[in-house]
Amino acid sequence: MQSERVDRTLRGAAAVVGVADDVSPTGELERTGRDLEVAMILAALDDAGLTLADVDGVCHAESSLALAEYLGIHPTFTDSTMTGGSSYEVHLEHAAAAIAAGVCDVVVSVYASTPRSDRTQKRRVERRFPPGPNPMAEWEWPYAMRMPMGPYALAASRHMHEYGTTSEHLAQIAVSTREWAMRNPRARYQTPLTIDDVLASPMQTSPLHLLDCCLVTDGAGAFVMTSAERARTLRKPPVFVLGASTCHDHMMISQMPDLTTTPGAVSGARAFSMAGVKPSEVNVLMGYDSFTITALLHLEDLGFCAKGEGGPFAADGRLGPGGSLPMNTNGGGLSFTHPGMYGMFLITEAVRQLRGEGEARQVDGAKIAVAHGSGMVLSCMSTAVLGTEETL
Amino acid sequence: MTAEADTAAAASPAPPPAPAPAPSRMMEPPVGAYSAPFWEATREGVLLVQWCTSCDRGVFYPRSFCPHCGAPASALEWRTASGRATVYAATTEHRPEATGATFSGGLPYVVALVDLEEGVRMLTNVIGCAPEDVRVGMPVSVTWEALSDGRQLPLFTPWPT
Repeated sequence: MQSERVDRTLRGAAAVVGVADDVSPTGELERTGRDLEVAMILAALDDAGLTLADVDGVCHAESSLALAEYLGIHPTFTDSTMTGGSSYEVHLEHAAAAIAAGVCDVVVSVYASTPRSDRTQKRRVERRFPPGPNPMAEWEWPYAMRMPMGPYALAASRHMHEYGTTSEHLAQIAVSTREWAMRNPRARYQTPLTIDDVLASPMQTSPLHLLDCCLVTDGAGAFVMTSAERARTLRKPPVFVLGASTCHDHMMISQMPDLTTTPGAVSGARAFSMAGVKPSEVNVLMGYDSFTITALLHLEDLGFCAKGEGGPFAADGRLGPGGSLPMNTNGGGLSFTHPGMYGMFLITEAVRQLRGEGEARQVDGAKIAVAHGSGMVLSCMSTAVLGTEETL
Repeated sequence: MTAEADTAAAASPAPPPAPAPAPSRMMEPPVGAYSAPFWEATREGVLLVQWCTSCDRGVFYPRSFCPHCGAPASALEWRTASGRATVYAATTEHRPEATGATFSGGLPYVVALVDLEEGVRMLTNVIGCAPEDVRVGMPVSVTWEALSDGRQLPLFTPWPT
């Protein structure tokens, strides 16, 4: 069913030219909602040397219309795609396609969420569920599976059964990610972590321990994209979209065809093909780590190792500082921040690494980075292969 | 070391509020547009599976057409399942209070995906044994738990017992 066409129409057509994000080691931010979103948009535009008047495309995972109205702009490209945590990689892909097609010129995507301070400040937050009978209410909710970790625990259980993956393998991913966070002064957790620490943390939803699970923190970010041509006239070195692809194969976990293989196997192969890049050429992997098992599945599905080999692959510390595949260099959803839909921060960090703005966590000479978002319960994967000017 | 309140584990979105008065299950299943025969049969302790007579495959959850071959509703029928299944994946909820579950009496319980002999997969709870005795690949068979309206919820238990 998947197209066999090797299509490079997006390669090099568009670039990320501005990024911004706001995260605090306290896990809480003072601003919320639209105030925070506007601050991110203006900061990302300033990063690019652009203003709101330049924006003619808007992406927002709730309502691009409401956002544009608030901003007072009249965009000709609009995208309210909501795929959970991968929404921002999907926005990036759609924006690149729209720019390549000449639909618009400057696109902004923004995200702000403050679940931690909402709780501590006792702010009333609207919780929305699909109204009326829906498949999840009928076939999953009665069984009291803990969300969101239950589906990931099921995937981990199956992976362990089929491939002999261990809790130690999963814990190593948390440990390597923490090593990166220790180099990021904005990370929520900056203290050393060991495999034993992870295994000793309380079991939540077996086989996932507390420290196999991501944070819940406030966080916000935005990115700005434009054509390759215009990108070269702006303030910072452009980060070009070399390849981008999205695939989803279920909404609820009980409909996932194979719990050990995500639709990232499709989106990754297509994005790499479009980019003309092999996994071995990737300098930085930003792989959505809602849970340790999530990141492990990305390693396999994106082709960094064979299916089933993710545990041993991660075991020698190769994902941490100084390793051969730097992964989640900002400290990830496990130790940096996770406001709920973390995909925005995959993009902001990938861009900073490719600009050489990674400070103490900079991967020397990084030219190619992958931002791989995972949305809902391993449901929607979206892969962006990004590169510097010399990779074109 | 780590403040537990920092993690997703501690702050997962609250499930929807339970209807009052609280049933044994926090959430009783609504009847979907195409699943009334399934739920009616549960009153008699019969497990039905929707079946596509065009491509000869099971369809779950019930639909208005076959997602395997695209056959229309006229090609779909209901078949009685054997009730036997194999555990495909399983997790033990170690913090029942965090899920709002009341049926477990506060004890850890198992949420599992099981593959029915008819080739369809469903989420369920495995009961009738200690959680640590539930293994991926183990055979299970259907058992029933009463819902407040006379329907029954399919659960699974180790088989043969």
